[in-house]
Amino acid sequence: MGELKLMKGNEVIAEAAIRYGCDGYFGYPITPQSEVMETLMLQKPWETTGMVVVQAESEVASINMLYGGASCGKRVFTSSSSPGISLMLEGISYLAGAELPCLIVNVVRGGPGLGTIQPSQADYNQATKGGGHGDYQTIVLAPASVQEMNDHVGLGFDLAFKYRIPSLILTDGVIGQMMEKVVVEDQKPRWTDEEIKEKYGDWATTGKQKNRKGNIITSLALESEVMEKHNIHLQKKYREIEENEVLFEEFQTEDAEYLFVAYGSSARVCQKAIEIARAKGIKVGLLRPILVWPYPKKRVSELADQVKGMLSVEMSAGQMVIDVKLAVNGRIPVEHFGRFGGIIPSPAEVVEALEQKIIGGK
Amino acid sequence: MADIDIKDIIKEENLIYTKPKVITDTVMHYCPGCSHGVAHKLVAEVIDDMDIQDKTIGISPVGCSVLAYNYLDIDWQQAAHGRAPALATAAKRLMPNHYVFTYQGDGDLASIGAAEILHACNRGENITVIFINNAIYGMTGGQMAPTTLVGMKTATSPYGRSTELNGYPLKITELIAQLPGVAYVTRQSVHTPAAVRKTKKAIRKGFENQDKKIGTSFIEIVSTCSSGWKLSPVKSNEWMEEHMFKFYPLGDLKDSEKESEESYKKYIE
Repeated sequence: MGELKLMKGNEVIAEAAIRYGCDGYFGYPITPQSEVMETLMLQKPWETTGMVVVQAESEVASINMLYGGASCGKRVFTSSSSPGISLMLEGISYLAGAELPCLIVNVVRGGPGLGTIQPSQADYNQATKGGGHGDYQTIVLAPASVQEMNDHVGLGFDLAFKYRIPSLILTDGVIGQMMEKVVVEDQKPRWTDEEIKEKYGDWATTGKQKNRKGNIITSLALESEVMEKHNIHLQKKYREIEENEVLFEEFQTEDAEYLFVAYGSSARVCQKAIEIARAKGIKVGLLRPILVWPYPKKRVSELADQVKGMLSVEMSAGQMVIDVKLAVNGRIPVEHFGRFGGIIPSPAEVVEALEQKIIGGK
Repeated sequence: MADIDIKDIIKEENLIYTKPKVITDTVMHYCPGCSHGVAHKLVAEVIDDMDIQDKTIGISPVGCSVLAYNYLDIDWQQAAHGRAPALATAAKRLMPNHYVFTYQGDGDLASIGAAEILHACNRGENITVIFINNAIYGMTGGQMAPTTLVGMKTATSPYGRSTELNGYPLKITELIAQLPGVAYVTRQSVHTPAAVRKTKKAIRKGFENQDKKIGTSFIEIVSTCSSGWKLSPVKSNEWMEEHMFKFYPLGDLKDSEKESEESYKKYIE
């Protein structure tokens, strides 16, 4: 079923959230993702599904509104871009500490600082290594198409509620701004308050019931023994996610002698680079992590037994390459190629980098 | 006296006061003379009186009252420093049939959370704000707050608050009373039985306003911090009456429905 549309990546995030039965959006304008809130305001979902949409006074307020909504067991999300996400990190750490499910979309732009409004992948470390204070993780989804922007809204929420953890869609100005055809899902109903009480009444602030004490949503534990216990619990949960939720895709790896590792828009560039390289007789394939946390470590490690070298292609100064190197553990050469500050590498540049850094360098 | 058994005295008909049902048996961590205990009790009594324990969501702050969730048996969300009004905004909008209140100190509300409280009030969120103003950061050990009076000695203004160094104490309640989204703004205290009764009435009104959906209710309680002020509980009350009330006078600052769009149009014409 569903419906075929031609949409921008940012617009489909809004559309997908409404159709998924999301309860609330809280956000603050920032380029290149403002279309998310603009689409929501234009659609007026409060008149159809009852979804709440609030333009907050800042990213700090947005993320804390998310905390308030998620605490009620509601499905809430926000979107922003790099500097805005930096402002949200305190709140994301609280959400992770209090184990609140929610969805955060980061349409990454070039940094550091105010940087540029052009696309970038330089927030990989921030997204996949926690980002804020304390030992925590968020599930990180990395869509490479407008279709995946749609799909990852539902997947992000599903995983968030399965594990009581914030999910983060790590995308960039390319995917956010480009238009592609996309099949959107049929409208699903929002959960009723009764359904939420049934599903999450044991922890959510749905109003104190006679058969239980008041539910308390907090990330505070003044006694270090209690805090350590909570941390051990979180780490156990993260290991479980690493075990169960790895998601990746491969292109032409069957006969590959070399491998590109890339996610999101860089993976799209690599697909074209494979065509060019193969026309030259270079047998190269692509491993594309669909989730960048948990990371497909095992698959990278397996492929290290097959290929002669790997090139991590990222629109950053080299962040994901560290995860590739950890998985490969020195067995074969692993190099990074990237453009940054808002530049998208061309497929020809990527092939050239492969030839120089990996094939020439062996 | 020997023939009177205490058991004969503890009878339903002799009962003139009980602890509110909503208050738990957890021993409060507050210092002697602190206003939090009374303020907590009043919120609990209002929840009891209105019979809304199953429909109330409290938002606790960072500060001495961070652990308020241990003392009132309702559903609670514990906010990051200053962000309680943002949490309350979402909770109330998503659970419009519930009573949502924030409980915040002056460091939390008037300093780090100034943006969140102003904008929540300006949006006219249908929430109740309990604002405990003791002119000092209590939990971190008595540092200067935006509300600290001029000349007042604190851990970070050891020679007294100087306007040159630190500017002036912030009357955030007066600021909030200017906002058209706000329905009810009052400043009360809990230092005498009469004041306690007045404050309870104010809190009740603040909660009842949520039924009417007429905008934000903001209740400041001018409070003591004997430990931070380094005064005995009795001296603290005297000092508060003498100095705090002069700068933070008690009484209602606003009591009306939030402005409608029509009245705003008239106003700008």
